Amino acid sequence: MREHFTLEENKDTLVAEKMSGSEAVIKCLLAEGVKTLYGYPGGAIMPVYDQLHQYQDQIHHVLARHEQGATHAAQGYARISGQVGVVMATSGPGATNLITGIADAQIDSTPLVCITGQVNSKLLGSDAFQETDIVGISTPVTKWNHQVTKASDIPKVLAKAFYIAKSGRPGPVLIDITKDAQFEEFDFSYQKCVGIRSYKPIPQVDEKKVQEAAALINSAKKPLIVWGQGVILSEAESIFKAVVEKTGIPSAWTILGASALPTSHPLNVGMVGMHGNYAPNVLTNECDVLIAIGMRFDDRVTGNLNFYAKQAKVIHFEIDPAEINKNVNADVAVLGDAKASLTQLLPYLKEKNHSEWHQRFKDLYTIEYEKVIKHDLHPTKEGLTMGEVLKEINKQSNGNAAIVSDVGQHQMIACRYADFNITKSNITSGGLGTMGFALPAAIGAKMAAPDRDVVAVIGDGGYQMTIQELGTVFQQRIPLKIVVLNNEFLGMVRQWQQLFFDKRYASTEMTNPDFVAIAKGYYINAQKVTKREKLSEAVKEMMTSDGPYFLEVGVEKEDNVFPMVPAGASVSDIRLE
Amino acid sequence: MEENKIYTVSIYTENNIGLLNRISAIFQKRHINIESINSSVSEIENISKWTIVVQLTEDRMKKIIGQIEKQVEVIKAYYHKEDEIIYQESCLFKIKSELLFEERQIQNIIKESNANIVTVNKEFFVLEKSGRAEEIELLHRELKVFGIMQLTRSGRIAVTKDEMKISKMLEAFSN
Repeated sequence: MREHFTLEENKDTLVAEKMSGSEAVIKCLLAEGVKTLYGYPGGAIMPVYDQLHQYQDQIHHVLARHEQGATHAAQGYARISGQVGVVMATSGPGATNLITGIADAQIDSTPLVCITGQVNSKLLGSDAFQETDIVGISTPVTKWNHQVTKASDIPKVLAKAFYIAKSGRPGPVLIDITKDAQFEEFDFSYQKCVGIRSYKPIPQVDEKKVQEAAALINSAKKPLIVWGQGVILSEAESIFKAVVEKTGIPSAWTILGASALPTSHPLNVGMVGMHGNYAPNVLTNECDVLIAIGMRFDDRVTGNLNFYAKQAKVIHFEIDPAEINKNVNADVAVLGDAKASLTQLLPYLKEKNHSEWHQRFKDLYTIEYEKVIKHDLHPTKEGLTMGEVLKEINKQSNGNAAIVSDVGQHQMIACRYADFNITKSNITSGGLGTMGFALPAAIGAKMAAPDRDVVAVIGDGGYQMTIQELGTVFQQRIPLKIVVLNNEFLGMVRQWQQLFFDKRYASTEMTNPDFVAIAKGYYINAQKVTKREKLSEAVKEMMTSDGPYFLEVGVEKEDNVFPMVPAGASVSDIRLE
Repeated sequence: MEENKIYTVSIYTENNIGLLNRISAIFQKRHINIESINSSVSEIENISKWTIVVQLTEDRMKKIIGQIEKQVEVIKAYYHKEDEIIYQESCLFKIKSELLFEERQIQNIIKESNANIVTVNKEFFVLEKSGRAEEIELLHRELKVFGIMQLTRSGRIAVTKDEMKISKMLEAFSN
């Protein structure tokens, strides 16, 4: 095996010292600025955990209650901070339990470095205790992975891991280290990786393409911007805002792009996609130029591709060349980091306001308000809606909270109705749709941003998939706010059963435990509300409490999320009821 | 619907453990059968060259090339149509030696097919044939009637008719 590195001279870190592979792992993490990591010990990773104990004043290991929880916590940490999330687990089941989180990070472009212990290199392939081919298993869901069998390879492989995880389009990396490599002594020195010859993470922006894009944008009569997480990952929020404001173009977001531009911004016209807002979905099929920025035309965004924006010229700003023309053909593709591309674009853009075109969005918003939003946020029926809970969280947090949502109806409601004043505030499992994501992800988010309000909004189904992480909340004393919107159903599946399977509610009704008692079992303050008049006070109590807090809200059992683009339909055939 | 065609994929990569898995997974994820696959040295030291033959639409082919190139250890990937490359594959036939002497027809077949006898001993002889798939298939059909003890066939290997732009890039690597 050969490794190729372009090495940066850094005198601070170039200290040759005799040490074990396991100590070297910690030294590498420290050199990469890692202060917190998430994991679970076990036989094959014990030497590294022994060193974590030695270095506990410099690096904080958070013991999850299941390795999957560790991955989601690291994802939450990464998503709110922009830093690489770090996960550690043992071989065999410890390693395989990481897979869901890794797959989630891969599809949502989240930088993770996962370190797994492996059986002694001499035992590889012998079906040893807790041996599993985690490099083989994780290959399709990692940006890169590698097995280390010699201590002397640890520094360069970990340096490469951090570089790959964070650079270009971020993603998860897994490094598997055999136990003998952890014990082996060698002369340690560390140099950060600054380049790999076979890997070009950031394409150079082509000025000509930028000019072509600008010409199209400047001549557009009915332009629409759809932005995604690329704006957040490249930290392009302010230049993006400048582009939006200068051109006056109505701008809509994908679920992972949410919060890059504040919800209240007059040019923010809402979410696109299956449960997105009415106006941007319908007008996707009326715009003359569609400007996609750092997004990948996921099928939940586009609906039926045969009827998606066919009338429009498409401009695609994108860092990953494999995304160009993957789902939607681009008339102009601008490859590059969003921040770099938009910075080059701005001077070419003409000031406009597109007021007539804007009016179309306002008119359609009014329709959506009357048919859907009004009933979600100001219900007149007896049962509580998920929307009014979000409205209350907005009020009590002044729209400054980071909302960590799980997957399902509550997620769509959270994304639709949460006020996002601050970027990196919508942390959710978008691409993979991983139920059980929110509770552990919120732990990581709160630890990375202790000064921010972090509210986990979870359904009663997903909550029970990783509910054991309440133990982590308790042990680490994380002042996290947990809201479970309990409709006693797997609500989104039930909604589909109602609409498309003649109300045959196969295995979607849930007989739930006493969630408040469970939270209290972990010594977490908790209460349940089912009445509207109690809601405001309960949310206030939660938001103003010092420690962790659990709030269960019993909501209407059979509410549906609308608008909705039915599977296989065009985005402009979005249903309001 | 665009029709399926045969494409030959050339991939230049680092020579690292696990890359086979990573590349084949890209095809597996899309439910595409790999017709043949070959990994070897390339014109540049320490750089591997893969030759993969697949049948699919050009649109899918392009997208898959994008996914392959995205892999960290892949330097460059290309796809070629049949008329853009010179390609060959190779086949070994192990046949009972007595047939060589008893069946006059076999000697004619060998002569006409431009196959080479690699080795002959008392029990068996080994015939090697390189060429296009059709030529090898023809020889196979002809020999089959006499009985074949063992047969093995390689994947396709190919070079392009035009200059590969990669060559200059790879030279820079080795300097």
